[in-house]
Amino acid sequence: MKLETLTIHEIVDLLKNKEISYSEVVDSVLKQIEGQNEKYGAYLYTDPDGVREQAKALDDKGVTPQNPLYGIPYGLKDNFCTDHMPMTCASKMLENFRPPYNATAYESIKNAGGILLGKTNMDEFAMGSSTETSYFKVTKNPWDLTKVPGGSSGGSAAAVAANMAYYSLGTDTGGSIRQPSSFCATVGLKPTYGLVSRYGVTAFASSFDQVGPITKDITDCALVLNAIAGHDAKDTTSLNLDKKDYTQCLTKDIKGLKVGICDSFMGDNLQPEIRAAIDAAIEVYRDLGAEIVPVCAQFLDHALAAYYIISSAEASTNMSRYDGVRYGYRAEDYNDLEEMYNKTRSEGFGLEVKRRIILGSYVLSSGYYDAYYNKATRVRTMIREDFNRMFDSCDVLLTPTTANTAFGLGERTDDPLAMYLTDVYTVPANIVGAPALSMPCGFDKNGLPIGLQLMGPVLCEETILKAAFAFESATDFHTQQPKID
Amino acid sequence: MSISKEQASYIAELTRLELKENEIEGFVADLDKIINYVDTINQLDTTDVETTEHILDLKNVTREDVVAPSLSIEEVLKNAPEQEMNCFKVPRVLE
Repeated sequence: MKLETLTIHEIVDLLKNKEISYSEVVDSVLKQIEGQNEKYGAYLYTDPDGVREQAKALDDKGVTPQNPLYGIPYGLKDNFCTDHMPMTCASKMLENFRPPYNATAYESIKNAGGILLGKTNMDEFAMGSSTETSYFKVTKNPWDLTKVPGGSSGGSAAAVAANMAYYSLGTDTGGSIRQPSSFCATVGLKPTYGLVSRYGVTAFASSFDQVGPITKDITDCALVLNAIAGHDAKDTTSLNLDKKDYTQCLTKDIKGLKVGICDSFMGDNLQPEIRAAIDAAIEVYRDLGAEIVPVCAQFLDHALAAYYIISSAEASTNMSRYDGVRYGYRAEDYNDLEEMYNKTRSEGFGLEVKRRIILGSYVLSSGYYDAYYNKATRVRTMIREDFNRMFDSCDVLLTPTTANTAFGLGERTDDPLAMYLTDVYTVPANIVGAPALSMPCGFDKNGLPIGLQLMGPVLCEETILKAAFAFESATDFHTQQPKID
Repeated sequence: MSISKEQASYIAELTRLELKENEIEGFVADLDKIINYVDTINQLDTTDVETTEHILDLKNVTREDVVAPSLSIEEVLKNAPEQEMNCFKVPRVLE
């Protein structure tokens, strides 16, 4: 049995029945990492000795799993603080940074008994859609080594797809969990803004950033969400709600569920095979007894523009903390404070980060503030109203996650606007703060995965998970494995 | 709307970034394309539309001022590029 190909819930059952040991579980993924990470570049840092020690201690104690994540090894995107590993955000700026404290999401999984394998590659400070802006390494798509894994949580998705982790956490500001999940055939959820604490997660665009799971199936997604969702006094935007068990909604009965289809998500640029896969998914839902409802949006075509204005404005503010004073990179030769700032930031940040800072400062600058930032916040209101109207007549929206399957390494690096356009179907969920999930729903003629996105109203994670679980139970796309030697 | 090389250099200066002479042309051309794209939102009439800075109804979050453990000075300073006498050290600002 290839343990590493199993899901969290399958592994936990084997652990409970004492059919396998904790050491066998961690060895299964460590063996994959040792054999494949050089090829795929999913991880920036791993701690195999620490991981083996933790598993051995559990075996020596002979404990049975206390909960569904107990003893299960996972990967963390390298923008989460953990006090025993470096955190680089894939930037030269934080190359030697060691966080003095832990992110709350990491603490929650630690308390649930999870074993952290290491930190995964990403676009620098999460700014990118292909993981190619990483200062350290290129991550390759496990389904095709010549393609990108998507981004910015590309390392987290590739690690799960290549069985180098049972699951991982990513962050999603404009699609950074869902788009790589679509490209790598994993399940990725961006929860409602405020559902998961952002404490200890490096800020990119604070009104959009959200932490979420990348898993192999929907049950695992619900299990990880159970562990990380919840109020945190250390994050002032954290919602104070009762804890839920998201596995409770995983029933296959979706009779009467209203699934909305919106033309704004099915533009002319949509790859024909993706359109066909979405049409087929609609038929699956119809067969399951769901009601297919056409809905329409008026302003969605402007979502991407509004997103890049607001997210860059917020990023330019967040990036001002990297000044070479308290932590991070500091340039070597300077004569005064100003030169120290200039050289530190110019040498420490990569080109894409500089582009966002300058774009963000431009749209906030006097003379342009009204035409860009202020205007975009009004468009954000109009898009929210659009979604409110759509969710008046449907329970979930079904859309493609991306307009194209994974593109070639280097194909869009010289054209930043083309790279930004990759996020066109994922940014709306961040603009309105609503939950959205990507799951595999097919493959194109070259065998590259196609992602289906389900969006719901704010705090309707259960509706999405239920709809996703029904689709997954009726199809076998999630069981497909990339060819890895 | 478009951005000139001078404007881009000015904004770069404000954000404490220096653009290399050999990268500035391409950088400004890309930025100009992006700005022209995002400018499309100005086709929309937003008269009487309120702004949304944040999707949550943000309120000040306060708590009792209770003494609790915090990081040690060593922990706080361990990532400092330069330090002296338990302080972050920077170049002289005042003569």
